[in-house]
Amino acid sequence: MNATILELRGVSKRFVQAPDLSTRIARALQRKPDAGVVHAVDGVDLSIAKGEVVGLVGESGCGKSTLGRIVAGLHAPSSGTRLWKGHVVDAASMRDARQRLAIQMIFQDPYASLNPRMRVVDLIGEAPVAHGLWPRSDRVARVVDLLAHVGLDASALRRYPHQFSGGQRARIGIARALAVQPELLVCDEAVAALDVSIQAQVLNLFMQLRDEADPELGLTYLFISHDLGVVRHLSDRVLIMYLGRIVESASTVDLFAQSNHPYTQELLAQTPTLDVGKQIFTTIRGEIPSPLAPPSGCHFHPRCPRAKEVPDHRCSRERPLLKTVASGHASACHLNDMDSSPFKGDGFAAA
Amino acid sequence: MKRGGEKLCRALLEVSNLKTHFFMKSGILRAVDGIDLTVRAGEVVGLVGESGSGKSIAGLSIMGLIDSPGRIVDGRITFNGVDLIGLDDEAMRRLRGNRIAMIFQDPMMTLNPVLTIGTQMIETLAAHQGADRLSKSAMRKRAVEALGRVGIASPHERLAAYPHQLSGGMRQRVAIAIALLNDPDLIICDEPTTALDVTIQAQILAEMQTLIRKSESALIWITHDLTVIAGLADRVAVMYAGRIVESGTTAQMLEAPRHPYTRGLIDSTPAAAAKRNDRGIERGLAGSSDPASRRLAQIPGVPPSLAHLPRGCAFRPRCSRATEACLIEPPAVVDGSGRSLRCFHPIEAGARH
Repeated sequence: MNATILELRGVSKRFVQAPDLSTRIARALQRKPDAGVVHAVDGVDLSIAKGEVVGLVGESGCGKSTLGRIVAGLHAPSSGTRLWKGHVVDAASMRDARQRLAIQMIFQDPYASLNPRMRVVDLIGEAPVAHGLWPRSDRVARVVDLLAHVGLDASALRRYPHQFSGGQRARIGIARALAVQPELLVCDEAVAALDVSIQAQVLNLFMQLRDEADPELGLTYLFISHDLGVVRHLSDRVLIMYLGRIVESASTVDLFAQSNHPYTQELLAQTPTLDVGKQIFTTIRGEIPSPLAPPSGCHFHPRCPRAKEVPDHRCSRERPLLKTVASGHASACHLNDMDSSPFKGDGFAAA
Repeated sequence: MKRGGEKLCRALLEVSNLKTHFFMKSGILRAVDGIDLTVRAGEVVGLVGESGSGKSIAGLSIMGLIDSPGRIVDGRITFNGVDLIGLDDEAMRRLRGNRIAMIFQDPMMTLNPVLTIGTQMIETLAAHQGADRLSKSAMRKRAVEALGRVGIASPHERLAAYPHQLSGGMRQRVAIAIALLNDPDLIICDEPTTALDVTIQAQILAEMQTLIRKSESALIWITHDLTVIAGLADRVAVMYAGRIVESGTTAQMLEAPRHPYTRGLIDSTPAAAAKRNDRGIERGLAGSSDPASRRLAQIPGVPPSLAHLPRGCAFRPRCSRATEACLIEPPAVVDGSGRSLRCFHPIEAGARH
């Protein structure tokens, strides 16, 4: 595998709710000592190699977008370190424009991320000119090139975002991210809002951009989605996140063939397929708990169908660590420590 | 199909040649332009299309919820033998929420944010009381039962809750519980699981399956997601630019689609690509490592604007099979099995491409 370009070590992000008047009074009266703290991301280790497509999957509220924003440098982590090509990134190095431009983000709603009063030529061309990546005289020609690259023609140049359809706006958002020649693209639910036929076009565009780029300039993706189907299609490696923690990490083939963590198995079982015949939808009990008051131990234990199998209530007492269960496959589950159930692929899944 | 043959014989809802147009300053938008749809008692019909295909307007037309500048300009909607289009507002109101219910994508469209769940449920019951007037406590009991049926824990306490105190999945359950209160004959679901997580979607789908198995209710499930329909529906109708281009049983539609648009829609889904890939691995071919096999089979172009529909078949500009003949609107052809198709160059039965 290629060199690691981005690495997170023990990264956490906490959001502290500012106390309102009633909380302050309550606290003055010593009724309610703790402020509400949301552990959006809780001790995550992550490394992304050059040219890799990493998928990040989880339910809403699991912290996947916050993690994406930390990777993109939009949020500073509350604790832990973020390394870019082996160097620690801190506030000082973030002031370096080249450092910031190297990672670009594509958002879910392309309309909200494009200035409605700017024409396409300015939307795409402004940043690279401002940063001295393109000479001003080349601007129009370079924008036309980029538009062609993402499947739009030159007639788009002088138009405003509202004159485009959802899929075309998504393409403009992608062209804008590509304009500053990033090395890593963070896509946060980039295709979730699109229709099926348009989603297929944009997914193919992502694949094409990755395949055609020469290996030296090759794009790397962190692809955040709640849709396992999309992630399976696109990614080399998949991370499953639950309530601020990564619970499983494996190559896409391994994850779909022999998932280890009970949460992953439940997620896979619930993804609807195209198979005809009445599918009996099975369910995980309950909903994702509030990150304000996460369950103790393993966050998943109140919903886990197999928590009973672990002796001594270990699941509710002790946080399981992300351990390697097979080559390139890590999972955070106490079941893997038990003698009776060594990780043996399908035997485990069928049990 | 598993649910008893004779029950499926009676047509509950018959929509024929329904046309709902919107009269705008810029021209007439033909949001629904001549659709035929039959729903039998106890049947689940999937209505599939992309945004702008008119699928939601079709649902709203059946509910009688079309407002100016929109108007039903032609066609018949017969429900239990009654023509709904000719019905006055009062009679329609008695039917709505009672015999026909609708569940929307956003449950906050159904729920009033300033009333408790209990108040809203009891209002729904009280509005449709017949001769047998229920007491307040009996209505509360019915409301608790309905919440219990959709899998809400401690329904008694939930009655006192306001919608904002519930999560998205819970709100959608409450909306479903309200729709089910009066045991309607027909429930129209407009993308009720689209905004929800996979896990919550699976819970709701599972509960809908159990509910319709127990009751006699028929279901129209409007969605853009074929994978949801695959496990749920008895029959599927695919809409494009205001028309139903193909309809048939779920197996016919998903395993042997004949309209190029249906085929394209299926092939566009990552689920179809995964299926193709699995088949490749079984045959010992290179799996996901081959970039070309990982490409999705996409439909070129974008869905047309309803204001500027192309002449003839609306799918013509995006269709690989289109010829001169397609400049004329293809008529709907129904075969012996009840499968209907609007295409001059359909994919031959049994052909794979």
